[in-house]
Order: sequence, then C-alpha cells, then structure tokens
Amino acid sequence: MKQFLSFVKKEFFHIWRDKQTLFILLGMPIVQITIFGFALTNEVKNAEIAILDQSKDAATTQLISEIRASQYFTVSAFLNSPNDIAETFKQNKAKIILVLPASFNSDLKHLNKAQVQLIADASDPNTATTLINYATAIITDYQKNINKTSQIPMVINTQVRMLYNPQLKGAYSFVPGVMAMVLMLVCTMMTAITIVREKEIGTMEVMLVSPVQPLKIVVAKAVPYLLLSIVNIISILLLSVFVLDVPINGSIVLLMGESILFTITCLSFGLLISSLTGSQQTAMFIALTGMFLPTIMLSGFMFPVENMPLPLRLISNIVPSRWFYQIVRAVMIKGLGIEGVWKQTLILIAMTLFLLTLAVKKFKIRLE
Amino acid sequence: MQSVIVNNLSKSYGKKKEIKAVKEISFEVSKGELFGIIGPDGAGKTSLFRMLTTLLLPDAGNAAVDGSDVVKNYKDIRKKVGYMPGRFSLYQDLSVEENLNFFATIFNTTVQHNYDLIKDIYVQIEPFKTRKAGKLSGGMKQKLALSCALIHRPVVLFLDEPTTGVDAVSRKEFWEMLKHLKQQGITILVSTPYMDEAGLCDRIGLMQQGKILSVGTPAEITGAFKETILGVKSNNMYQLLKDLNANDEVEDAYSFGEYHHTVMKPNFNKETLQQYLEQKGNKELVIQNTQPTVEDSFMQLMKQ
Repeated sequence: MKQFLSFVKKEFFHIWRDKQTLFILLGMPIVQITIFGFALTNEVKNAEIAILDQSKDAATTQLISEIRASQYFTVSAFLNSPNDIAETFKQNKAKIILVLPASFNSDLKHLNKAQVQLIADASDPNTATTLINYATAIITDYQKNINKTSQIPMVINTQVRMLYNPQLKGAYSFVPGVMAMVLMLVCTMMTAITIVREKEIGTMEVMLVSPVQPLKIVVAKAVPYLLLSIVNIISILLLSVFVLDVPINGSIVLLMGESILFTITCLSFGLLISSLTGSQQTAMFIALTGMFLPTIMLSGFMFPVENMPLPLRLISNIVPSRWFYQIVRAVMIKGLGIEGVWKQTLILIAMTLFLLTLAVKKFKIRLE
Repeated sequence: MQSVIVNNLSKSYGKKKEIKAVKEISFEVSKGELFGIIGPDGAGKTSLFRMLTTLLLPDAGNAAVDGSDVVKNYKDIRKKVGYMPGRFSLYQDLSVEENLNFFATIFNTTVQHNYDLIKDIYVQIEPFKTRKAGKLSGGMKQKLALSCALIHRPVVLFLDEPTTGVDAVSRKEFWEMLKHLKQQGITILVSTPYMDEAGLCDRIGLMQQGKILSVGTPAEITGAFKETILGVKSNNMYQLLKDLNANDEVEDAYSFGEYHHTVMKPNFNKETLQQYLEQKGNKELVIQNTQPTVEDSFMQLMKQ
C-alpha cells in the first residue's frame, strides 16, 4: 500500500510540475463550455428589431410591448414610412422589421383577421429563420391572448411544442457532449501518454526490474487523472447550472456516479493504448482517432445517430461516449433515474471490464 | 557459489530473427566479483544485460542470477538485483531526494535503512538534493542513478555502460565507487566500450558481434598475447602506418595513442625494420618494445 501511495504521489508531482499541461487540463472544460455556451450557439438574443407601426392603436401597442418584453428582441427603431425599410437594413440598424398595417386593429375587430409582415435580413439565413420563428411565436401568443377576451374566436392553428427544451436551447445538447469529450481527452489521452512516456524515457525499464507488480504501476497512473476528471466534471456542472442555466433535473449522485463510470471506461482505454504502443505520438494519435473523433462524430452529440447510414450506426454502438451521452441527457435534462438508464449503464460497465481486462493482459512485463 | 551463470544464451531480433544480437554466450561470474563486459557499440552488451535482468526473453540457452532462472524465476530476480540502464532513466522532474525516496519505496525499503551503502556516493550529491534530476550534470546524474540502483542493497548489480558520456574525472571516481561496493560483497557486472577500463575489473569478457571472444583476468588476457608488439612513431604518422602495414615482417599495425602498435611476425629483426622505415623516408623514428594491452588482445581476437 505504501508502495502504491508513493506511486500516486509521484504521479501527482509529475502533473503538478508540468504547469502548462495542468492548466490545459483544468482550463479545457471551462473554455469548451464557454465556447459552446456562448459562441457556438444557434440561439439569438437581443436581436435588433425595427417596427413600422402604421396603425398606432391599442392592439399594436400591446403587440409591440410583448415583443419588447421578450429577451430575444431589442426594439432598435420605430419607422415612419415603408420607404425607411431598405435604409434600416442598409445601415444595419435591425435584423428584422415588423410591419403593422394601418388597418391592423379594425381588420382584427371587424374581419377577425389581420395581417402583419415580417421582413428579415436574410444575408444570414440561419439567424433570419430563427428570428422569424421567434417573432411568429410572439405574435401567435398575442393572438391567443386576445382570443381569450373576444367573443368570436379567431382561426389560428399554429401549435408548436418542444419537450424538455421549449426554446431549443443549444446548451441542453452540448453540455453532455462536452462532458464526454473532456473526460475522454483527460483520461484516455493523458493516461496513455504518461505511461508511454515512462517507456520512452526508460524509467519503465528500471521499474520493471523491481518487485512492484506492473498492475500497480498502471493503476497508480490512473488515480490522479480520475481525481482530475472529477474536478472537471464538477466545474462543467457548475458552469452549466450557474452560467448556462441548464438545470440538473435528475439525481446529482447518479450523474456523478455515471460520470465516474465513464471516466474509468476512458482510463481503461488509455491503459490499453499504452500497453499496445511504444511512442507518445502513436499513443496520442490512437487516442485521438480512437476516442476523440468518434465522440464528436458518432455519439449523437453533433449529428443525430438516427440519421446516419447503417454502417456508421453500427459502429456508433461500440463508441462508449454514445452511451454516456445518452445517460447524461437522460439524467441531467430529462431527470430520469437509474431505471431510465440501466441499459446504457450496463453497456458501459461491460465495455470497461472488457477494456480493463485486455489492458492488463496486454501489459508487458518485459521490454518486448 | 557462482553469482551469475550464463549458458549458451542467444537473442535475435526482427520478424525472421535475422538480426542476431547475442550468439550462444557462456560465462560465469563469482560472488563478489567485479566483472566487465568490454566491447564496442553494437556488440550485444545491452541485449545481454537485459536478458540477465529479465527484461528480455532469451531465444535459446539459459541463465541464472543468484541461483534464480532468468525466465522461470524472473520475479525473484527483480527483487534482488540492481539495474542501471545505459540511458539516464530517472524522473527528470523529481528532485534528487524524491527520486531516491521513490526508488526506496518501490523496493519496500527506506533510504535510512541502507544509507551506509550509498553514503559515500550520496554525500557528493546531497548538497543538491532539492534540485530536479534533469538539472544535474552528467556525472551527478550517474551518481544519483547508482544510488537509486543500490538503495535496496542488491545482491547483484548490473551497470550498462555507466561511464559512457561521463567526463574523465567522474569516470575515475565512478570506478573508485565500484571498488568500494565490491568490498561490501556485491557482485557487479559492468559493461563498457572503453578498453582502458578493462584493467579496473577483476575479470573481463571481451565481446564482439554478439560473441564473447575471451574471458579472464586482464592479466590472463594480455598474457595470452604471444607476439611482440613494438611502439613505433615518426614525424609522419600517416605515412608510417602505411609503410608498416606494407612490410612483410609486420602482422598488423594500428594507431594507439602516441605510437602505432605494431604486431610483429615471429623471427622478425628490429634493425631490418628500422632500415626499411628510414629508407621509406620516415624521420625522428622511435621503435620500442611495448607490453600488450587489452585493446591489443581485442584487436587480435577480432581478426581471428
């Protein structure tokens, strides 16, 4: 035991003294969460909207105030004539313009039917589509509200309902993805690299000619990275909850437990890679192509697994992060308990056992 | 009892085992002996050491270290031998003290427990004990590596080219330390490419292209050299070497420090040689009798 602890202590020294790597390892989840959370989001907030209100009556004022209340829009200008529309876009004062016709209120009252026009700056089609959707939703809302008070019902048939994520928040899908990615990088790549490094610098040679069981050397390598990963999981979860407003709907204990399970899966894979390779570069390459790319491509994090061609769908089954991604989504976003994720959990446990056994079997007790 | 017994040990590398690194080597090392494996780079010294330290499996033959077979009882050997690889193999980012403590722990001992054994060596690096191993000079690295290899009081110590890349003064100090360790009853196997270090060993094995050419004390090895060696020098050493090799009475000639060592055929005549060389235009000629060294033996054995 003393032997083992001394190994673990040594590993901590290695990590602690390599400040650059430590900084990257601990900073990475924060940077990734922030990038995904704020930069790479398809949500649009505080988009400038200009309003051409030709009616200026009670109905339009109410609609405008609802748009103002929405966090998606900031009213940047009120236009006086349709001629101003082109100019507004040219000067980039608004991304979308709401045109309310002069007859808006009377049409609504007498014909039970009114028209509004939304004009979006489609030079950025994605944003435009998103903004149109937001604005349409607000208008539909408004129409529903006035329906409550009017005797004659109006014919509106739009009904959109999004389960779990009514605002199509990007964070809901990438927090689980980033967790999988970070754990993979830290555990698989770093464990693989540090063991192979010992082979490269020759310390493994000295270590082998000692009474230490090889398994101890390897497990001691994994312990610091397990702890480091727990720190990373916690920082990702804290950022998600307090900065990105992604709630943890399920049990935190279950979520942590599953994350640690996945961490061990990654560590086992890292150990296996280190047993099979002889240079840090090869180890890194295998870790990247073997774990990192599949995590991004095949876990369902970036691209839905259901849309993939059959061969890729089959391959995605052996990607551990695919199952972890499902677990985190289920526990964190949908708030499911173990009864909802037992199948995925069992798959991960099986994968871990398989990888670990193979890693230990393949561990070389000699130099060949 | 013999500390190390090597019996027809062979090792080849490559897919088809086409690179033969060690070819049917046999020798024995007695307990408490300082045994040197002398040979140039690529002779197979490291492969031999790795087989004896259980790091490589031999293809054929067998070997025992302190009574344990290197294949069957490899775990026993790993407990009782000390091994210092040719390359500096300690943790560069750990301090001198941390490295030593770490190696003490993995051998289930403490620095205090065996301090008397490493004391003479360790005191020299102790002033730098908080320094990172990577920042030590070459000589100090060797001392630290030796301390780490000794910390568990091994029965047999394997040192693979410990003095390669170390300055002359540190080399000398290193051999002094080995002598001291020998007095503690530790069997030491040391490999080196430097022929001048051969004389510092109790017995040596000359190794070349995977084979042991000869085993014995340095005196036995040089004693087996029957031919006469002349040390010859002149004002034009390059021309002189050509002239020597062209002479019928000369068996072999090669440069050796200040002189050309010239191995003579039996029944040679020193005067005839001198006349011949003067005729060829060599000036300031010096011809003197020289004792054969291990290097001379090695050169001769290599040619056979």
